[in-house]
Amino acid sequence: MNRCAIVGIGQTHHKAKRQDVSIAGLVREAASRALADAEMAWKDIDAVVLGKAPDMFEGVMMPELYLADALGAAGKPMLRVHTAGSVGGSTAIVAAQTVIAGVHRRVLTVAFEKQSESDAMWALSPKIPFQPQLTAGAGGYFAPLVRAYIRRSGAPEEVGIAVAVKDRLHALKNPYAHLRLENIDAAMVRDSPMLWDPIRYLETCPSSDGACAMVLTDDEGARRAPRPPAWVHGLATRSEPVVFAGRDQVDPRAGRDCARDVFDQARVTDPRREIDVAEIYVPFSWFEPMWIENLGFAPRGEGWRLTLDGATALGGALPINPSGGVLSSNPIGASGMLRFAEAAMQVRDQAGEHQVPGARRALGHAYGGGSQFFAMWVVGRERP
Amino acid sequence: MDDGFEAPYRLEYTYRRSTGAVIGRFLGALRDGRLEGVRTAGGRVLSPPLEYDPESGEDVGAPVDVGPGGVVTTWTWVAAPRPDHPVARPFAWALVRLDGADTAMLHAVDVGGEPGGIRTGLRVRARWRAERTGTIRDLECFVPHDGATPIDVARPTTEVSGPVALLPSPVRLDYTIIAGRHLRTYLSGLAKKRIVGGRCPRCRKVYLPPRGACPTCGVPADHEVEVRDTGTITTFCIIRIPFDAAPFPPPYAAVAVLLDGADMPIFHLVRGIPPEEVRMGMRVRATWVPDAELAPTLASIRWFEPSGEADLPYESIEAHL
Ligand SMILES: [Zn+2]
Repeated sequence: MNRCAIVGIGQTHHKAKRQDVSIAGLVREAASRALADAEMAWKDIDAVVLGKAPDMFEGVMMPELYLADALGAAGKPMLRVHTAGSVGGSTAIVAAQTVIAGVHRRVLTVAFEKQSESDAMWALSPKIPFQPQLTAGAGGYFAPLVRAYIRRSGAPEEVGIAVAVKDRLHALKNPYAHLRLENIDAAMVRDSPMLWDPIRYLETCPSSDGACAMVLTDDEGARRAPRPPAWVHGLATRSEPVVFAGRDQVDPRAGRDCARDVFDQARVTDPRREIDVAEIYVPFSWFEPMWIENLGFAPRGEGWRLTLDGATALGGALPINPSGGVLSSNPIGASGMLRFAEAAMQVRDQAGEHQVPGARRALGHAYGGGSQFFAMWVVGRERP
Repeated sequence: MDDGFEAPYRLEYTYRRSTGAVIGRFLGALRDGRLEGVRTAGGRVLSPPLEYDPESGEDVGAPVDVGPGGVVTTWTWVAAPRPDHPVARPFAWALVRLDGADTAMLHAVDVGGEPGGIRTGLRVRARWRAERTGTIRDLECFVPHDGATPIDVARPTTEVSGPVALLPSPVRLDYTIIAGRHLRTYLSGLAKKRIVGGRCPRCRKVYLPPRGACPTCGVPADHEVEVRDTGTITTFCIIRIPFDAAPFPPPYAAVAVLLDGADMPIFHLVRGIPPEEVRMGMRVRATWVPDAELAPTLASIRWFEPSGEADLPYESIEAHL
């Protein structure tokens, strides 16, 4: 089994509208930056692994066909991965697995979304026959779960507000982040409109255009890399049915199992101490404490205390989402890969103003669907 | 056959494409009544242009004028044109290599409706629409041309010039949803004010609707059991955001209701109480539509209303999100 190293990372400046480029131009931008970081050219790449959000989200049914030219994939293996909102994470994992398995030596992996061309609220609220119109976008689906978490944990409403403020303060340090709210504070979040009660406007993610890309390689590729690589210490995906009696969507079994697997592979026994920084998929602010518990960083019902204590802010004991997270940039199909890429940037000491000093091991996390797909990797500064 | 268990399902939306510099310039040229291609680093001329060289993956270079004439390199005959086709009478779909280009463009060739008029090697020229908006349809079709006489070049129709940055892209998918056996059982019950669930013989859980396979056991969960139209709200949200498909003007409460006798909540609406007074554990009863409006759909339950019974303790519903 080979080791896998991340030697190139690129992303776009995420924005509400990138009307100056096509989708092809958008992915090209991220991929070109990843190649430049790795000091590679298109011809150096052996295979391309591509991911994006569900087809209705931007109405492109066969991105692997449309984007082959833009990603220099002619004559090379090209794969598309498809796991709803977690797709950016699982795409990176599929790409890494081809390196680990010895199938390919230098793999370009790319994920994207261009929300300005479409309407995710429309895509998530179809008028399905035989039932009244009940759904109201992702917020309508996840708000009842947030309410259940609040009831179960007894967390005060300040928690959701604190995450919303913290991630936006982090975003101000990230030149690629979409939302830049210079005057963000608790009052601004509290006074923002309630959309899907108990979720306020500023406790939700924006709609973004953006893309992310990484170049993954093996030991030999890592030796030739111009900059220190990040090494994959563990990677895992899990899924569970979206519907079954007794399903705990606040603390999904698939997420717990995935976390245990990825930490076992990385020989992490106490994640709270042994992980220096985590980028986790938080599209609504309350998902920070929910996933803190699901990932095992805190006991059940206690995750919100880390948030309120400031442990999850830059400078805290367990910084979470130093990039500003999904709450600050949400090109849906790319959002998972951005978490994975930020984790790798942290252990490469490449995160600039939002660098966690001395980060040696980082977690990248993504989830998707009705909290039914999970993808995670642990990356480290040292070769495992 | 429409017995109430088939329903149309339409997905329709107009995406707003940003075209990027290369394609945007090509579309702008079409609006001017001109044909363009792009030159690659290897010296080939691609028309229609591609944003990136498919051979090398590199960026493409400068735009070049191509046409106005071209040659058919291959074709297929369309004997019965459809309403959206660019030519109303029988025509050919053809690959047309424009003069000066190394690649061919797929478009319609109108040869007067007779299949004998089309052949590989046929010289053609563009027929432009009078009103042009910056889409490929500005080029109505190609028509035969003897190759000797000069080709009239179209004149710009508007003052607008330059690239076309945005392109509306309408899509419509029409499906017919046909309810399967288990969904039919459930839907036909709803038309008679009965709520029929399916019990898994192994784990004994009751699913709404009955299922061909229990998600945990993998065996049919279709032993029919009747579930009551009273239940308990296990969780909810108050929708305050307006959106096109909303059933009511906001605010309104969308709730998960665990019906008495079921092991999975269903998602529905609650009325008859201000949304901010809705509680987890609150007991509710279905409000059905008038008998004359009953139909095989969950919409036969108009919404739920408080039943007046005492709330259930949270612990009893915690596991039923
Ligand atoms: Zn069962």
